[in-house]
Amino acid sequence: MNDAAEPARGAPPSIDLANEFARSGVGPVLQQLDDELVGLAPVKQRIREIAALLLVDRVRAKFGLALQPPTLHMSFTGNPGTGKTTVASRMAEILHKLGYVRRGHLIAVTRDDLVGQYIGHTAPKTKEVLKKAMGGVLFIDEAYYLYRQENERDYGQEAIEILLQVMENNRDDLVVILAGYADKMDRFFHSNPGFRSRVAHHIDFPDYTDEDLLAISEKMLASLNYKLSVKARQALAEYIPLRRAQPLFANARSIRNALDRARLRHANRLFAAKGQELTFDELTTIEAQDIRQSRVFRPREAGR
Amino acid sequence: MRITQGCFSFLPDLTDDEILTQIQYCLDNGWAVNIEFTDDPHPRNTYWEMWGLPMFDLHDAKGVLMELNACRKIYGDRYIRLSAFDSSQGWESVRISFIVNRPKNEEGFRLDRMNAQGRLQRYATRAYAADRPEGKRYG
Repeated sequence: MNDAAEPARGAPPSIDLANEFARSGVGPVLQQLDDELVGLAPVKQRIREIAALLLVDRVRAKFGLALQPPTLHMSFTGNPGTGKTTVASRMAEILHKLGYVRRGHLIAVTRDDLVGQYIGHTAPKTKEVLKKAMGGVLFIDEAYYLYRQENERDYGQEAIEILLQVMENNRDDLVVILAGYADKMDRFFHSNPGFRSRVAHHIDFPDYTDEDLLAISEKMLASLNYKLSVKARQALAEYIPLRRAQPLFANARSIRNALDRARLRHANRLFAAKGQELTFDELTTIEAQDIRQSRVFRPREAGR
Repeated sequence: MRITQGCFSFLPDLTDDEILTQIQYCLDNGWAVNIEFTDDPHPRNTYWEMWGLPMFDLHDAKGVLMELNACRKIYGDRYIRLSAFDSSQGWESVRISFIVNRPKNEEGFRLDRMNAQGRLQRYATRAYAADRPEGKRYG
């Protein structure tokens, strides 16, 4: 008397997706991602898609529909300072809220943590890291260094093989995120086709625009209880394109360093003017002169 | 004769899911889980061999299970146990230990009696398995 198309016994006849979304607790995390991370539109878009897929999968599971957990290994490519590590740690939290990974911690490693120094050293080392990452997210920064083309006997190959094996067999236990600069990652995937096919999501992190960087710097300062005076904001807006034109520009990281130096000058200026009583405003406001003293503003001498 | 050592040994053998739950309990308490194996079942045999190092800094039980399965693959015919070490001050000792793998046939123990001075009797238990050399005791 039971129709085959009937949902499994005990399953609710219909499920409110919005309600399910609210209960998953992922809404605030996505909102936080939107609020705290400036720019990065394609990245946010992809994360929202993944979140939607996992949520729908969860609802499908309640109806007893066929379910194959999706592969969520990812590769993040982008220039330095575009927020790859920050997004990775958010990713761990999102996947945890959606119930895809069990613990939601992030283990960030580089080649040194995976590859050993002598024969027989690599496998235990890599396995050790993988064991720690179980139930969470393993973030491999500058993953292309794992593979050294010029050295056939490099132990990196061994680490890659173990990684591939675990990525395949323990798909529902951990998510591996590979990160690095776009051109080098391309070469890495090219010489390791196994990786390419096991990594489902290739997310490219675009460079920040000047306005993005200005917004980022204000967020950074706000989190440190600093603020920019109107003139300082103007100076910073001029600073960013100048800094971008210089070599070794690392997006948000360069800006963070610039702000750190501005804080140094700010402190120094307050110190030089000792004898005065300091007001709360003086302690928290970065003035234009703190920024304009930067080497970037001096023509013909810009070294770094 | 089924040997009973450590926790849960009077219960039916734990399934992998139950083992996972126990390991997770240990990890949540911040204990380091360790895998040991032996083929000498005597209760006074406290020197079990270690499978790798104790596992520190783990968050999820699946990592331990991965090692346990690797150990079972090679030493599936022996006794394997998990123990969890609590390093916090005041404890600094093993908090839990339970058997997760046994040989198919546990032959049990023989009681040896020996006459000593006068009419004194001395007793010893000896595992039948211990008659054979190490590594060839089960299977």
